[in-house]
Amino acid sequence: MAQAHMPAGAGRTRRPLVSAQARAAWLFMAPSLLLLIAFVVIPIFQAAWMALHDWELADLNPAFIGVKNFVDLMDDGRFWNALRNTAVYAVGVVPGQILLALFFAVVLNLRLRGRVFFRGLFFLPVLVSFAVEAIVWRYLLDPDIGFVAYYSRLAGLPHIQWLRDPDYAMTAVILISIWRWFGFNLVILLAGLQGISQSYYEAAEVDGANNVQQFWQITLPLLRPSLLFALVNAVIAALQAFDQIYVLTRGGPMFSTETIVAYIYRQGFTNFDMGYASAAALVLFLLIFVVTIAQLRLLRYQEVP
Amino acid sequence: MNRAAGIHRARRGEIAAPARLLLYVLLIVTALAVAMPFVIMLFTSFKIRSEVFTFPPLLIPQTWTTDNYVLLWSRLPFAKLVRNSLIYSFSITLASLLFDSMCAYALARLNFRGRNVMFIAILATMMVPAQVTLVPLFFNLFEIGWINTFQGLIVPRMTSAFGIFLLRQFFVSIPIDLEDAARIDGAGEFRIYWQIVLPLSGPAIATVFIFHFMYNWNDFLWPLIITMTQEMRTLPTGLALFMGDHNIEYGLLMAGATLAALPLIIAFLFAQRYFVAGIALTGTKE
Repeated sequence: MAQAHMPAGAGRTRRPLVSAQARAAWLFMAPSLLLLIAFVVIPIFQAAWMALHDWELADLNPAFIGVKNFVDLMDDGRFWNALRNTAVYAVGVVPGQILLALFFAVVLNLRLRGRVFFRGLFFLPVLVSFAVEAIVWRYLLDPDIGFVAYYSRLAGLPHIQWLRDPDYAMTAVILISIWRWFGFNLVILLAGLQGISQSYYEAAEVDGANNVQQFWQITLPLLRPSLLFALVNAVIAALQAFDQIYVLTRGGPMFSTETIVAYIYRQGFTNFDMGYASAAALVLFLLIFVVTIAQLRLLRYQEVP
Repeated sequence: MNRAAGIHRARRGEIAAPARLLLYVLLIVTALAVAMPFVIMLFTSFKIRSEVFTFPPLLIPQTWTTDNYVLLWSRLPFAKLVRNSLIYSFSITLASLLFDSMCAYALARLNFRGRNVMFIAILATMMVPAQVTLVPLFFNLFEIGWINTFQGLIVPRMTSAFGIFLLRQFFVSIPIDLEDAARIDGAGEFRIYWQIVLPLSGPAIATVFIFHFMYNWNDFLWPLIITMTQEMRTLPTGLALFMGDHNIEYGLLMAGATLAALPLIIAFLFAQRYFVAGIALTGTKE
């Protein structure tokens, strides 16, 4: 590998260059490596260490309590509630945004006027901070003066208090999150579609395959890498949902939208129970890890046709 | 043969008129659903107070006013929020771009033992969700007195495994001839990186720049945790917390939201392809 691009016979004379290169390489990498070690690698081990302690902020002598934080978590109804809310959120938001993105990616891959305009417009919510958008949505969903209340009344729909109703708050959060994220997946899937060679479709047309057959037989299989990436990415993001929830509901009403990260935030940065928050964060890590591996396995990432 | 293929290509993607009409209806309805919140945000930001609170709500203001945009600067420490957001986003983006590209250069263009191991180790750090390191990072920054400071906000973010990964993928694809020629002429590695590789990487640098800037300008959880006073908040956190305290100041909030949204929307209008390239690249390369 090291000599791959060297002319034959030059190896001996250029040899010292390699070690000079090695020295340069480590110098080039030094800032990034030091930062990653200090602010990612060490904190990961610290999180594991803290999770084994009863650790309050500014605690001079935190007590070692073994796995008690994890045992407590398994007994913590509010943690299970957060797990369930996160699962409900993910099950709503992931298929919603991926299917919508897939549909519009296929549509915008056709010869239609204004495709760049529509792609840009659908991407608009991705550009703006979700926390800021959530402020706008809270205004729109205001049950007294909001646009949603007014237009749903005009359309004869029942008056729902959305963010103030424990039965509907999560639905609102899910719909708003689909609104925000589908344009992101659309861009990924559209890039994937544009990478599929036209020759497949030409061959299929010669064989007399119609559009629907072409979609199932050519588009979907060849889009699989992009689709899988979008899916894995959407699931990871869903399991970490926080920003919109903090602004829209703060986890309420009645904890009906409190996700895992919202609960970690509450324990770690409101109650400053850092050991317990670290334990919950590690459970989240494990959950994301297992779910990601399971998706890659089940959908056979390696076997791209 | 070529001509036949050409005709096929021209026909491909053409659809019958009724289907086309239906698709346009769907596109336009969805486009309206996507755009309406922004349109309402913009119009509401120009409404006088009484019109904000009328029901049924007005879409377009009857009396236009810029009061909300004026009051922002006194009712909130809005100038501070803007300043903080600018300092936070630009310094992280520039520092990260420098360090990421240096690291990527070594991983892509230099030969050394352990190169693949280092590359995989850097990728592995991306596997860990940010929430895991949040508590220890807060604790460490608290211990050294960096909470509620710019260095606390910025320094932990000055490199990004993801930026390293994207730039490395790009640097690998640059032809090696120029670099070898420079090396034989006795150019040092830093000169090769700075004067040959970086200038050839304009699109990749622009893509990663926009990616970092968008991420940090919009970021919420990190500045929420690291800042303690309204004077140190960034735009998204400052506005969100203002909403928490003054629930119904919708006119002010919409004006603030408009100003927070504007820079990236304008940037997008001028550099759409770099935004799209960044997202598309993440989707196809992995």
